[in-house]
Amino acid sequence: MKQFGGPAIFLDRNDINTDEIIPAKYLTENSKTALKPFILEDLHLEGFDPQSDELKNAGVIVTRANFGCGSSREHAVWVFEVNDINVVIAESFARIFRQNMFNCGMLAVELPKEDIDIILSMGNVDIDIDVTNGVITAKGAGEKTFNFTLNDFARELIQAGGWLAYADKKY
Amino acid sequence: MASTIAEKIFASHLRDTPTPGDAVLDIDVVMCHEITTPIAITDLMEKGMDRVFDPDKIKAVIDHVTPSKDSKTATQAKILRDWARRHNIKDFFDVGNNGVCHALFPEKGFIRPGYTVIMGDSHTCTHGAFGAFAAGIGTTDLEVGILKGVCAFKEPVTMRVDITGTLPVGVYAKDVILHIIKKITVNGATNKVMEFAGPIVDRMSMESRMTLCNMAIEAGGTCGICMPDRTTAEYLWPFIDDKYESVDDAVKDFKQWHSDPDAHYDSTITIDVSDLVPQATFGFKPDEVKDITDIEGENVDQIYIGSCTNGRIEDLRAAAKVLKGRKISRNVRGILSPATPSIFNQALEEGIIKIFMDAGFCVTNPTCGACLGMSTGVLAEGEVCASTTNRNFNGRMGKGGMVHLMSPLSAAAASIAGHITDPRKYLQ
Repeated sequence: MKQFGGPAIFLDRNDINTDEIIPAKYLTENSKTALKPFILEDLHLEGFDPQSDELKNAGVIVTRANFGCGSSREHAVWVFEVNDINVVIAESFARIFRQNMFNCGMLAVELPKEDIDIILSMGNVDIDIDVTNGVITAKGAGEKTFNFTLNDFARELIQAGGWLAYADKKY
Repeated sequence: MASTIAEKIFASHLRDTPTPGDAVLDIDVVMCHEITTPIAITDLMEKGMDRVFDPDKIKAVIDHVTPSKDSKTATQAKILRDWARRHNIKDFFDVGNNGVCHALFPEKGFIRPGYTVIMGDSHTCTHGAFGAFAAGIGTTDLEVGILKGVCAFKEPVTMRVDITGTLPVGVYAKDVILHIIKKITVNGATNKVMEFAGPIVDRMSMESRMTLCNMAIEAGGTCGICMPDRTTAEYLWPFIDDKYESVDDAVKDFKQWHSDPDAHYDSTITIDVSDLVPQATFGFKPDEVKDITDIEGENVDQIYIGSCTNGRIEDLRAAAKVLKGRKISRNVRGILSPATPSIFNQALEEGIIKIFMDAGFCVTNPTCGACLGMSTGVLAEGEVCASTTNRNFNGRMGKGGMVHLMSPLSAAAASIAGHITDPRKYLQ
């Protein structure tokens, strides 16, 4: 199974939408890699710089509630994938974005607000994810672990490498 | 067991239950447009899986950027066009016959009560107006839909929204749904079906019901849904007259889908619209909504009337009521994009296009265009648009621009005044 984790970047706001993650004007690209420079270009968040090294080095996004709301564009997942971000940890997700993540064999993990607050308070952290046992380890100034649950269907999609491979075999 | 309409549709389309709570459904209509489908087609080709499960159940249109504006959009259109030809998809709509998918496909009669409908477009929830389960999906779901005719969803959880009272003059379905989103927030219906019911919905036209359901996604809803009734049957009659002896027969048959009186709802809210005034957004989220009277005089540079939310004939008629015999302010520019060719034609016949043009509006071909800042009305940095569309996200209509969402009547009023204003004064 794919390895999930890496340095985390915090996007400390609710309701970040997919237009902010990848603006519609870039949806005319016909390859995923062409999306790479435009990640989070229109994010409405004070102090955030889409060109920062912090974002370039990130492997995990940690954020608040209703992440990925708005448009159904899977480009919002692909733009993370081509920037080597394969995990988003949030208080909650918009339905289509969450499904798109698992459909691409990527990981959308929900943690309660209190856990997100703790990760945010740890400063710069590296995140390690054990998908089989549902454990997140955050290493920064200290080290903390958090349990998460994934339902079996989501786990099977990740193991199959996505929904297309799963569905092609089964239906 | 008593069921909601969404539960009945799930039960009748269930292909598989991979885990309890997850349902894989057979899909009746897979709809495609040129922004999210070409990349699915290319991926399927690269994987040696360039097949379609049933060409008659796939509908395709070029609508987001049309006619193509540059080489990239021309390539997207070509990929979709070539694919439709290759697979004998006869319901494919190209330049000259194309329009905004969520206005075009209903008027072709493709959506029926009890259907399951998917599209790589979040506003697919619009089609719930016909008593269908219709949901936006991503490109991978679309690929599987095209290839296998199935899609996975969580078992439906339904929020019932009862809309009661009397709709005041100058207040429309758009004002009602903006008010509902303000009340429940952009996260209020996430992972839920929004079932719209009550006397106001019963009296609404199909166009108004589509406006209502269209914006369910702006509250996070999987689908908006209305009970199919006589209004639905009359709208669909030209397409179903071979199946039913009479409209009465169709109405009777549609009842099989109605939610049972004792069905279980996750929550129920009641919205009395009797005192509602015209609404508009102020900010960058669709739940940042105010009474239009509270933002009187706010600056606008552009007026946009169109889109899958409000580009239908009754929307154009409402705006024309304000525009007739008047000129738009010199401080603003106005753009009308009728949502489909037949709406355009109807508006021509009714003299509505002339009213818009005499007022000083530019009339474009049917397209999604400006709604998502792709063409026909992109804003410059710092500019503001009074718009009948569905999203006011940061940068949505152009980088650094701002959008105020409102009804066609309110948008028309803003074009005359040159700023946001209460449209009701133009109705006297």
